[in-house]
Amino acid sequence: MSILVDRDTKVICQGITGKSGLFHSQKCREYGTPLVGGVTPGKGGTEIDGFPVFNTVADAVQKTGANTTMIFVPPPFCADAIMEACDAGIKLIIAITEGVPVLDMVAVTTYLKGKSSRLIGPNCPGVITPGIAKIGIMPGYIHKAGPVGLMSRSGTLTYEAVWQLTSLGLGQSTCVGLGGDPIVGTSFIELLDMFEKDPATEAILMMGEIGGSAEIDAANFIKAHVKKPVAAFIAGRTAPPGKRMGHAGAIISGGKGTAQEKIDALEAAGVVVAQSPADMGTAVQRAIAKKAGK
Amino acid sequence: MKIHEYQGKQLFAKAGIPVPAGIVAKTPEEAAAAFTKLGGKIAVVKSQIHAGGRGKGTFKEQPQQRGVVLVRSADEAKENAARILGNTLVTVQTGPEGKKVNTIYVEGGLNIARELYLGIVVDREAGGPVLIMSTEGGVEIEEVAEHHPEKILKEKFDGLNGLHAFQARNLAFKLGFEGPAIRAAEKFLPQICKFFIDNDCSMAEINPLVITKEGELFALDAKVTFDDNALFRHAALKEYRDLSEEEPMEVRASETGLSYVKLEGNIGCLVNGAGLAMSTMDLIKLHGGQPANFLDVGGGANVDQVTEAFKIILADSNVKAVLVNIFGGIMQCDTIVTALLAAYEKVGFTVPLVVRLEGTNVDLARKMLAESGRDIITATDLTDAAKKVVATLGA
Repeated sequence: MSILVDRDTKVICQGITGKSGLFHSQKCREYGTPLVGGVTPGKGGTEIDGFPVFNTVADAVQKTGANTTMIFVPPPFCADAIMEACDAGIKLIIAITEGVPVLDMVAVTTYLKGKSSRLIGPNCPGVITPGIAKIGIMPGYIHKAGPVGLMSRSGTLTYEAVWQLTSLGLGQSTCVGLGGDPIVGTSFIELLDMFEKDPATEAILMMGEIGGSAEIDAANFIKAHVKKPVAAFIAGRTAPPGKRMGHAGAIISGGKGTAQEKIDALEAAGVVVAQSPADMGTAVQRAIAKKAGK
Repeated sequence: MKIHEYQGKQLFAKAGIPVPAGIVAKTPEEAAAAFTKLGGKIAVVKSQIHAGGRGKGTFKEQPQQRGVVLVRSADEAKENAARILGNTLVTVQTGPEGKKVNTIYVEGGLNIARELYLGIVVDREAGGPVLIMSTEGGVEIEEVAEHHPEKILKEKFDGLNGLHAFQARNLAFKLGFEGPAIRAAEKFLPQICKFFIDNDCSMAEINPLVITKEGELFALDAKVTFDDNALFRHAALKEYRDLSEEEPMEVRASETGLSYVKLEGNIGCLVNGAGLAMSTMDLIKLHGGQPANFLDVGGGANVDQVTEAFKIILADSNVKAVLVNIFGGIMQCDTIVTALLAAYEKVGFTVPLVVRLEGTNVDLARKMLAESGRDIITATDLTDAAKKVVATLGA
């Protein structure tokens, strides 16, 4: 078992005839992902490297039975692509596209409310359940099937953590990149809930960063609802404050958002926090040992 | 993208948001003429830079001169403008190096009864835009938020419908508005929220928003930032960009599609991905070094971009060593090595270079490095890389 992705997953790629869309569709197929086709408006009925191309997501769903999509369309069209996927009944929408206007995501958030589709991203590396399916741009070979659930706001930092875990002999149940934008589809809390309920996940590693209060909210949730061992790392401890933040942004966070505050909140919730990004893997080992000792 | 106060007010005026009458001046003579043309007994001479705290700020060359001054004659406007233009204004937000003032804005006076705070941002947690208001205008709003959070009012609004009139009235009553000011708020607040949505702003701040003795509302300040990712649908806004306000290397980086932030240290960093770039900076500090920059080459950088990234890092004379940390996903390690060797040819490395590679095509990349015959220090993991780069400085 795993979260989000399992043996019933069937994936299409929106933007499959673009350069990165095709490249990563090929890489996903090589990994063994059931990638059943793609969508590019105006190119329906053609084929690209063996993948059938459809004009609309609705067509693709009807002909292939797809329930998952990964989106590579350019930023101006990404919001529309997400809403199209939702309308066509796609259950899991993974938006890889980087550079989507923030107010487009506000519209998407409103649109998705009350619907049954789940959005991961945008501006994320995707989701992988090692050995089952890789849906996104992560290098497949660094992963190994196993008991650790991973979630992160960053792409390459996730690869770093996965590599450390794999090198220590700790495999992963599912790895999820939430996305680095201000507004994303899925939060740490929603994933914590899924990992806590997933029988295949025995420990959780969470990678956060400075800004906002998502990690503080996660810490509160862990304290109240998560029994499995949790380790964490917060990036940006040494980043200079306020470089990008306007006045009003600082108010919204209400003094929240520094790395130290997040680390304190997580430690208070019983989470093992790695002090160095080189110790993310060993922090998971320590978290497991700590729970076992109790 | 940030713009100047006077540009923000021009955009406000176009959108029907009331601003005081004002005239842009680039010379002391123009400032004097502006005072006369405005026709009042008083006017305000305001330095135009992309930073707040101008009223309390002073000039490096003219320590007695303030960045924003009330004047009572054309001569006084001219004298102040002469002390401001071409000089360097230092405020709490500019850092000690300050910013050169090339433009001033001469603005007519108003009969001010009250000063308030207004700000709009996109709130991550709420998933949408939020209008923030406070009775405490004209002061440092962070202070208010910290010591008197009860004086900060927040009202969510939705991107499609904007702020409703009833929401504006609720805020006006809570803020203690009276008489015609309530009607004015009912119009002003939805307008500024619509402006925020229509222009894809990432921040809009009016501090202070004033109520005049006549019960009218005016934006006495305008600090507006636009979402860079949405500029493609606002071609007209691009003209408002003032490159002289930006760090030249950051401009050069953004033109190449790189994300670069200059810092104070001496170890140049080239990393792919923002999270890993921040973590690499953390790691350098943890091992006793100081990062000279944040540089994210992104996911799909090509040889030209990486070469440019190296040039930007090496153009900073503080840089005494360079650390490359790449975890190849989309970015293939051999691309980095190809660029690295090309940069070696073109710009020449006079400082030690430590390289740590992992990910797609790493074996090929390592082989290329080894066979290049260049004096490059390779590292096996994160800690090893940080230790080695810090060690090069001690030697």
